[in-house]
Amino acid sequence: MQKVYTKIDSIVGNVITVRAEGVKNSDLAQISSSSGTSLARVIKLDRDKVSLEVFSGAQGISTGDSVRFLGYPMRVSFSDNLLGRIFDGAGRPRDNGPELTENMINIGGPSVNPSKRIMARNMIRTGIPMIDVFNSLVESQKLPIFSVSGEPYNELLARIAMQAEVDIIILGGMGLKYDDYLFFRDTLEKSGALSHTIMFIHTASDPTVECTLVPDLSLAVAEQFALQGKKVLVLLTDMTNFCDALKETAITMEQVPSNRGYPGDLYSALASRYEKAVDFEGAGSVTILAVTTMPGDDVTHPVPDNTGYITEGQYYLRNGWIEPFGSLSRLKQNVNKQTREDHRPLMDGMIKLYSSYKDSLEKKSMGFMMSDWDEKLLKYGALFESRLMDLSVNIPLEEALDEGWRILSECFEPNETLLKSDLIEKYWPK
Amino acid sequence: MSLKTGHVVGVNGNLVNVQFDESVIKNEVGYIKVGDTRLKGEVIRITDSVASLQVYEMTEGIKVGDEVEFSGELLSVELGPGLLTQVFDGLQNPLPVLADKCGFFLQRGVYLDPIPDVEWDFTPSRKVGDVVVAGDSFGSVPEGIFTHKIMVPFTIQGEWTVKEIKEKGRYKSHDVICRIENSKGEKKDLTMIITQPVKRAIKGYEERLRPSEPMVTKIRLIDTFLPVAKGGTYCTPGPFGAGKTVLQHLTSRNADVDIVIIAACGERAGEVVEILKEFPELIDPKTGRSLMERTIIICNTSSMPVAAREASVYTAVTMAEYYRNMGLDVLLLADSTSRWAQAMREMSGRLEEIPGDEAFPAYLESRIAEFYERAGKVRLKDGSLGSVTIGGTVSPAGGNFEEPVTQATLKVVGAFHGLSRERSDARKYPAIDPLDSWSKYGGIIEKADVDKVYAYIRKSNEVSQMMKVVGEEGTSLDDYIDYQKGELVDYVYMQQDSFDPVDASVSVERQKASFEMLSQIVLGSYNLKDKKDVRQFFNEVRQLFLDYNSTAEDSPEFETRKNKLLEKVEERKR
Repeated sequence: MQKVYTKIDSIVGNVITVRAEGVKNSDLAQISSSSGTSLARVIKLDRDKVSLEVFSGAQGISTGDSVRFLGYPMRVSFSDNLLGRIFDGAGRPRDNGPELTENMINIGGPSVNPSKRIMARNMIRTGIPMIDVFNSLVESQKLPIFSVSGEPYNELLARIAMQAEVDIIILGGMGLKYDDYLFFRDTLEKSGALSHTIMFIHTASDPTVECTLVPDLSLAVAEQFALQGKKVLVLLTDMTNFCDALKETAITMEQVPSNRGYPGDLYSALASRYEKAVDFEGAGSVTILAVTTMPGDDVTHPVPDNTGYITEGQYYLRNGWIEPFGSLSRLKQNVNKQTREDHRPLMDGMIKLYSSYKDSLEKKSMGFMMSDWDEKLLKYGALFESRLMDLSVNIPLEEALDEGWRILSECFEPNETLLKSDLIEKYWPK
Repeated sequence: MSLKTGHVVGVNGNLVNVQFDESVIKNEVGYIKVGDTRLKGEVIRITDSVASLQVYEMTEGIKVGDEVEFSGELLSVELGPGLLTQVFDGLQNPLPVLADKCGFFLQRGVYLDPIPDVEWDFTPSRKVGDVVVAGDSFGSVPEGIFTHKIMVPFTIQGEWTVKEIKEKGRYKSHDVICRIENSKGEKKDLTMIITQPVKRAIKGYEERLRPSEPMVTKIRLIDTFLPVAKGGTYCTPGPFGAGKTVLQHLTSRNADVDIVIIAACGERAGEVVEILKEFPELIDPKTGRSLMERTIIICNTSSMPVAAREASVYTAVTMAEYYRNMGLDVLLLADSTSRWAQAMREMSGRLEEIPGDEAFPAYLESRIAEFYERAGKVRLKDGSLGSVTIGGTVSPAGGNFEEPVTQATLKVVGAFHGLSRERSDARKYPAIDPLDSWSKYGGIIEKADVDKVYAYIRKSNEVSQMMKVVGEEGTSLDDYIDYQKGELVDYVYMQQDSFDPVDASVSVERQKASFEMLSQIVLGSYNLKDKKDVRQFFNEVRQLFLDYNSTAEDSPEFETRKNKLLEKVEERKR
């Protein structure tokens, strides 16, 4: 199996073909060229013609370079030694630490048997009221953060990484700006969260193929930790870069594109990653939060569109905060009735009032007369935005609910809130 | 019999090319040997003595030269007593049994017996010497609340004579219970289980009938305005988050059919888990038994291998046809047919076929038509009636109905329930858009009466469009009243409160009674002096009607609330 092939037939994009025998689909190979060695993965077999995707890109590869097949598929080391470490998209250390080779596990393993799944039932507290109160994040949920370039989505992820009540955080960065990578590293280090964090970071200057490996690496490791009973939160940013990398490979392989150049299997490719989110009966769980930037703020773009069909809701991050409209956690009703009796009614009530505030705001901007009620709503809207919506607010759920009651009491009479009298009796600040 | 064999010459995604030694049948099943495991695949193309197999598993680790065995059989399902209450994957692997065997993950290459070999009470209905043909029943066993007919395989040709048949008694499902022979002297042993190729529709009935009887879903908007007939077809396209799956789940609970088959095709695993955990606890009001007893779930969720997703739809419809031939009404719910179409697209891409619109294959339309055509109402040989109703969701890219799958589906279905983002954002349930949607079937209420009320929905929409331009001031009083009437129909009849125990599912009698009241209100004319007056009147009527909707018929307040509503209307009638 250690035979070395030294004749590369063709090099197109990042894909090379060699003539070789006995090669297994998806196996790895090592390519040694003048610019160093790189791993490559078998993506197509046609008789003795083997197509390989070169992780570090095919630039600078000569037709006379040597290719050695390793006889196993892409793997990643798994042990507690991973904690606190930072790797690149091919699983190599990025933090000057030692390379890990013990207990190698395959990435992109089989899917979980649906009859072994259990209904999501535990909330993950993040300390962010717009999530905890209004669209609770639930263990084993898969949720994208739909955003636009320029929005503080990485800041949001970093805050969730620091505050979320989970055992292990795995951060998968795809096409990250180097500054953003440093930002994540420094922020997590400063807050002390780095000790239970593992990062797989592909930066924008790294080879494209490595970008496509990041979710698989992150999720394979997450799955193993979950099987050991750990509560794992996987943060991915940005899935649009991942899809674009898939697109690049598909086009190189001359696949017929389906929609705006994306391959026809985009849905399946995304689903096989997102569906790794799971709550194991009698073990831990994997929860996925993934940033998806929408090109041109267009939710019908193939990437957010396919994502929306797969995930269990979405958060919209716009104008620096999580939009209360459009954002939806489909699993929130599984958990928000066990928290506190006023959670659900208060959530509904406050959103309804906020929606009325938006109407008043529109009336005001059109130059209509403002009634007393409008004035009250305007005051309410401003307080709601600064004391609950603002992303820098960091309070536990119960405090956030109390804060909600305080805001209501500062703006309205109890009977104007449409909340039930017994709740008002109990929670209205006196 | 020696198996035909071949060896792998190419791998591209889930497509494997195999050089075969002797002969190969198109669409036959082949197994690729990878180490100790055998991976199932189906021959989908043969060119220059190379057979292309779509493999129902992940193709990692396959290498050129790997041995392939051809089974000589088309992709089939096993049919027999014991299918109900089960949860299968797209290839009819029972998932709970698989979980017991393999643990948390779906191990590839494990194929289990779909039907447990347990004892059933068999009662023969034929005797030695009787002549039978394909699809004839020769006995029955009780399966839950149904009489499960044991049938002669649908695949045999010509007339056969019963040579031996077991007496009434308990037998295992794999026991031979009948022997038949044809005029050429060929013999066949029959068990309770038959094997049926999934891509071939089951016949064995006398004639197909026009779907005429409505299939009640207890959703007012569907039963009254956009009905579905038993044996008919309908589709539910909608953008993500519009409530396609929720609507299907509710239909699967409430539909007045005998058996429901749910094909979760390429959608979220979590949604299937919900059904798995909820259905065994829910009681079917019709039979008083657990809902699971009338349900089969075929589940090939989005992360499971793509090719099996294509098979899952056919597996489901074959089971539906099988139960139909026992004289039962079967509802097949497929969620979502777009994922099935995408699976075809992926395969077509790998085969390097010339792509059609949005890279879907050119045969997309004919495949979709073929699938929906397997629905239908039939008269069986014993005179009883059976039906297969198919309801499919469509997940159009970007929520745009102009895409190929939605358009191909619309051509062949009898009813179209289009969900709209606008209505779902406004939290209107069900989010079916009454203006875009249509149905060709007759419902529980005379079409002429329905149309009169429907007209107000259209009028109301026109007026509201106009009001956006000219404002409320620029609208005439008559137009404004029509607008309010349309809104009333929408709020008190087309929408339902799915959390309210009474309003969540409404019986046919109740729908008829409340439609009668509604049409009287809408068709009446009123003494109303200005728009404020109009608004106030209709708001009051709406409130009273909603109160009436949420009151159970046997509650003491029912009559009071009803009369209050009628009095309110009478007060201002002209």
